[in-house]
Amino acid sequence: MSDALMVDVAGLTVDFKGPKGPIRAVDGVNLHLKRGETVALLGESGSGKSVTLRSLMRLHPSSARIGGKVEVDGRDVLKLSSRELAALRGPIVSMIFQDPGLAFDPVYRIGDQIMEAVRRHEKLSKAEARARALALFERVRIPSPDKRLDNYPHEMSGGMRQRAMIALALACRPKVLLADEPTTALDATVQIQVLLLLRELQRELGLAVVFVTHDIGVAVEVADRIAVMYAGRIVEMGPARDVIREPRHPYTQGLLLSRASHAPTPGARLAAIPGAPPDLADLPPGCSFRPRCGHAIDDCAEVQPEAVSVGAAHFARCIRTRTTAEAYEAVVA
Amino acid sequence: MLLYILKRILYVAPVALGVSVVCFMLVHLAPGDPLTAIMPVDATAEQQAEMRIVYGFDKPLPVQFGLWIGKVVTGDLGKSIATGRPVLDEVARAVKNSLILACAATLIGFALGSFFGFVAGYFRNSPLDRLASAISVLGVSVPHYWLGMVMVIIFSAQLNWLPPTGAGPGGSADWRPDLEHLRYIILPAITMSVIPMGIIARTVRALVADILSQEFVQALRAKGLGEWGVFKHVVTNAAPTALAVMGLQLGYLLGGSILIETVFAWPGAGFLLNAAIFQRDLPLLQGTILVLAMFFVSLNLIVDVAQTALDPRIQRA
Repeated sequence: MSDALMVDVAGLTVDFKGPKGPIRAVDGVNLHLKRGETVALLGESGSGKSVTLRSLMRLHPSSARIGGKVEVDGRDVLKLSSRELAALRGPIVSMIFQDPGLAFDPVYRIGDQIMEAVRRHEKLSKAEARARALALFERVRIPSPDKRLDNYPHEMSGGMRQRAMIALALACRPKVLLADEPTTALDATVQIQVLLLLRELQRELGLAVVFVTHDIGVAVEVADRIAVMYAGRIVEMGPARDVIREPRHPYTQGLLLSRASHAPTPGARLAAIPGAPPDLADLPPGCSFRPRCGHAIDDCAEVQPEAVSVGAAHFARCIRTRTTAEAYEAVVA
Repeated sequence: MLLYILKRILYVAPVALGVSVVCFMLVHLAPGDPLTAIMPVDATAEQQAEMRIVYGFDKPLPVQFGLWIGKVVTGDLGKSIATGRPVLDEVARAVKNSLILACAATLIGFALGSFFGFVAGYFRNSPLDRLASAISVLGVSVPHYWLGMVMVIIFSAQLNWLPPTGAGPGGSADWRPDLEHLRYIILPAITMSVIPMGIIARTVRALVADILSQEFVQALRAKGLGEWGVFKHVVTNAAPTALAVMGLQLGYLLGGSILIETVFAWPGAGFLLNAAIFQRDLPLLQGTILVLAMFFVSLNLIVDVAQTALDPRIQRA
């Protein structure tokens, strides 16, 4: 049973209403997670990573059209009634939001907000729910937890709030945890603490975690596998170490080379990816990355590249992986 | 919290002083001699001078103000020139009637306004929203004395369902919330509720739309709350501002009801003010304005304190 898929996403598409017709924010994403596995969705703003994440609990505006297959813990998320969906959110899938300063209701006490979630899904008395909330606060190592339960969100620091957010997300003992850039809004030192805490909890509780981030360093820190997204598609996916050491998609390579640690000498310019992300309403034909790609050839404009296997459980959507591999080795060496 | 309340009350003192100066000055700036209203047309200059001394109108204005304010703080607002009765009694009775009318109107306005506001905010840019918004714009824009007259024409003159004027049997003295008296309050209260209804509806619509667009609403859904659960949070978040607006509207209604009270002959403060102006009854006028102004000041105080109690983010220092 432990090998059963907790998350099974295939051919996921998400369309939003745009001024000139629908905009495809996510196009054909496949994602599979086992129990206890962490996948990082890596990409820039507008790449579709957050939209993909939210599809796992159908947390989109009602105007969004979702297609494909989304199964979480054996449930077909796209076919659930709103009542079934509400029952899914919390005990099966829960979510940590990017900015805990915005994700808590400002006029309710934090403890009450956690108790509300617990009592929504389980028949517990107020005292029992509070005991659960207290245990959670201890677990995420919030100092003087009993007092902190009575805090309002604005009375906590950012790091503390994110710990409380994690406590809230774990309140109903979920099986799948969605993390939407949970450390982006935090100070660098607090980021590390929260990441370590998340990883520790994930291992102890055997959670399947989908972790959205734009920070490669964070992705490497937490993830077993990394999926790189560009313009609504996963362009490269593989074991975290392989993706970092042997990136095969030129976009992944660009991301890695643009990091400061790859600057050849101090003071030298960082290698930036030229151009800007494409307009989702008006994607170029063929490979979406082609206009910004140094290896692009005429064939790249012909067809949408299929996933090419470039290693064990490692694939890239690029027709020139052989060339890109050699080019990358040359630059890094 | 207690310290905060004390501090707020302390801040009221200078405002109250300013208000009393202004209302004293305003009355004396107005043209016309108060004595002409009570003296016979053929009174001699000596008799007039004598009366002037009796009422203290011969002294310089600052002295008059000093004497007046000295009495006011002991609760003595003087005697009405027209009726000879203590101003305080007259004002107290009228204010009570106004309060009844204003409260009824505010309650109706708040209930309807919140309803329309929530509907419009929840279904933004739908036909429902447009309908609710149209009603609220209409509510703010229609002159309420005109609406009052139309209501009288329809419900009193044509349909003969409700009495057009007055406060019911017993007149201004004792209004009771029984069926006989309630019939009299319906028309003026509904007429008066239209403006607060429109303002509250627009405020609530904007509030609800803003709250629903905030991230925490998504977070509430993400923890499995249904629409009803989310709605409760929206209400709690909208309540402080909505209540503050309602409090201010109640204040406006208390002072701003001259037209409606006159149209419906409702024996309230506005009606009294109207009478005092036409009779040039200075003590009555001053007293009424002062009491109404102080009402407004204390209402602001109450609203501020209530808001602090409702919204934990407002500093209590």
